[in-house]
Amino acid sequence: MTKPAHALDFERPLIALESKIAELKELSGGARVDFTDEIQKLEKKAKRLQAEIFSELSPWQTVQLARHPNRPYTLDYLGRLFTDFFELEGDRRFAADRAIVAGFARFDGEPVLVMGHQKGRGTKENMLRNFGMPRPEGYRKARRLFDLAERFRRPVIIFIDTPGAYPGIGAEERGQAEAIATNLEVMSSLSVPSISVVIGEGASGGALGLGVTNRILMLQYAWYNVISPESCSSILYRDSTQGKKSAEALKLTAKDLAGFGITDEIIPEPEGGAHRDHDLAAENVRGAIRRHLAELEKLSPEQLVVDRYKKFRAMGVFTTEE
Amino acid sequence: MPWFSKQKKVKARESTPAAPPPPPAKGEGIWHKCEGCESVVARAELEREWNVCPSCGQHEALPIRRRFELVLDPGSFEELDADLTPQDPLGFVDAKKYRDRLKGTYKNTGLRDAFISGVGSIAGQQVSIGSFAFEFMGGSMGSVVGEKVTRVFDRAFERRLPAIVFSSTGGARMQEGIFSLMQMAKTSAALHRFRAVRKPYVSVMLHPTTGGVAASFAWLGDVVIAEPKALIGFAGPRVIEQTIREKLPPGFQRSEFLLEHGMIDAIVHRHDMRDRLGQLLSLLG
Repeated sequence: MTKPAHALDFERPLIALESKIAELKELSGGARVDFTDEIQKLEKKAKRLQAEIFSELSPWQTVQLARHPNRPYTLDYLGRLFTDFFELEGDRRFAADRAIVAGFARFDGEPVLVMGHQKGRGTKENMLRNFGMPRPEGYRKARRLFDLAERFRRPVIIFIDTPGAYPGIGAEERGQAEAIATNLEVMSSLSVPSISVVIGEGASGGALGLGVTNRILMLQYAWYNVISPESCSSILYRDSTQGKKSAEALKLTAKDLAGFGITDEIIPEPEGGAHRDHDLAAENVRGAIRRHLAELEKLSPEQLVVDRYKKFRAMGVFTTEE
Repeated sequence: MPWFSKQKKVKARESTPAAPPPPPAKGEGIWHKCEGCESVVARAELEREWNVCPSCGQHEALPIRRRFELVLDPGSFEELDADLTPQDPLGFVDAKKYRDRLKGTYKNTGLRDAFISGVGSIAGQQVSIGSFAFEFMGGSMGSVVGEKVTRVFDRAFERRLPAIVFSSTGGARMQEGIFSLMQMAKTSAALHRFRAVRKPYVSVMLHPTTGGVAASFAWLGDVVIAEPKALIGFAGPRVIEQTIREKLPPGFQRSEFLLEHGMIDAIVHRHDMRDRLGQLLSLLG
C-alpha cells in the first residue's frame, strides 16, 4: 500500500503503526535479522486499531472522510467501471463547466449516460474543477445530456460529490437556481433507468440537481444533506467552526439516511475508507450499480417514471391534527 | 399604545435575506415609518394600501391572510390541508429544540407551518393557490410546506385548474435536514405531472425568495413574476460575499436585476397583482 499523502487526525495512530511495519519489513528484506514475529504482531494490532477507530466514527469524522483528498472522485470510478467513454462538454449556452464530467460510455458493455461532480487534486486541478462546485452551465450541460439519454434510451448513472453549487455573481446572473430547478423536473420525467451514487459529499441543491433518480445509493462514509455542516452552523450560531455540532444535528450519514428510507443501499467501503483502496471501492460500486440497474431494466418506460415519482412523493414526515 | 412600533427595520439594500418584519402584533404603533423613504404614515393608511408605502412605493411584507384577500375574489377562498402539522424527524436541537421552536412559532403566528393553500377564484376563474408565510421561521420549507405545495399541483392536476404559488422564503428548512432537501424533488416532480393538463402555473416571487425554493418549483413557473425590489436568488448575499470576498454591486439579485438578465418575465406592482393575474389566466388558462 502506498503511503497516504494526507492523514486525518483520527487516522494518525494507524498510519504511524503502518509506517513502523513498513520499516520493519524493509529491514527484514536485508535478511540479517528476522522480524517476522514482530511484524505479524504489529499487523494484528493495526487491524484491531483500525476496527476500533472505524467502528465508532462520529458524523463529523465521516464528513472528514468524505472530503479526504485521496478519496476516489468521479473520474476514478469512471476509469475503473466504464469503457469507451466519450466526454461531451457543451452546454450550448455559455461555457464548459469542468465541475461536472459527463458523456456516454459502456457499463458491462451496455451504453449508458454517465456523469458526476468532479473535484480536483491539487491547486491547479481544483481551479479547473472549481472544487467540484458547478455553475449554471454544468447543470445545463447535464440537462442537455438527459434529453439525449431519454431520446436514445440510455440508462443514466450519476456520481454525486459536491460541496454545493457555486455561489458567485456570474452564477446568479445566469440563473443558478433556475438551472438546478429545471434539472429536478427533467430528471423526474425520464423514462429510462437512473441511479445516483453519493461517493463523497452531497451538499444541498447542488447535489440534488443531479440526484432525482430511481435509486439513491451511498458509499458508507459519504454524507448527503440540505446544507453543509459549516454553513448550517454559520447560520445557526454565526460561527462556521461549529461544524462538528451541526454534523451531529443534521443526521447526514449514509446510515442515518438509510434509516429514514431515503437511500436504497449503503455501499461498503474498503477497511479504513475508500481512499485506502480505490480498486476495491470501485468494485463494490460496480456490484451495486449492476444489481440496481438489472432490477430497473425489468420496468417499462412508464413504470420507471411512476417508480421514481412514488419514491419522491412519499418523502417527508408530518401528521394531520385537528 | 406606542406611537412607533419597535420592529427592526430591514432596509431594501441590507445584504441579509433575513426579513420582512413580523405581522402586526400587540404593541404595534399607530404610525409607521417606511423602510424605503423613512416617511411616516398612519398604519391604517398603510394597511389600506396593502402595505405599499404611499410616498415611495416600497413593498413591505404583507401578512399571509391578506395575500389571499389581495388577489382572490371576495369570499372565494377555501383553505385546504390546514391540518398538516410538522414533526421533528431528526430530533433537531440548536439553541432551542426544533419542537419548542415550532410550538412557539405556532403560538406567535397562529400558523402550523409556513404555507397556506387551497382553492379560490380570480375574476371568476377557479385556481389552485398557495402562499408562503415568511413570518413562520423565515418561510422555510420542510416536509409540511413541501407536501402542501405538492398538493397545490396535485389538485390543479386532478381538477384541471391553473396553479398559482406566492413564494417568500429563505429556502429549505435546516431543522428537517434531508427531508427538506427532498421536498425540492417532490414538488418539482408533482409540478411535472401537472404540466400534462395544459393549465398555466404562475409563480410569484416576493421578498425574499432564495435557496431551495428558488431552486425548485418557484423558478419553474410557466410565467415567473416578481414584486418590485424583491431579493431573489440561489445563494444569499452574505454567502456570496463570503465566497468571493467582494462587496456585491447595488441592486444585485433584486427583481429589476433579474428582469434585466432575462431570468424573470415581469415585475408587477402589488396593487396590480389581481388584475395582472386575471389577465394571464384569461390568456393562458
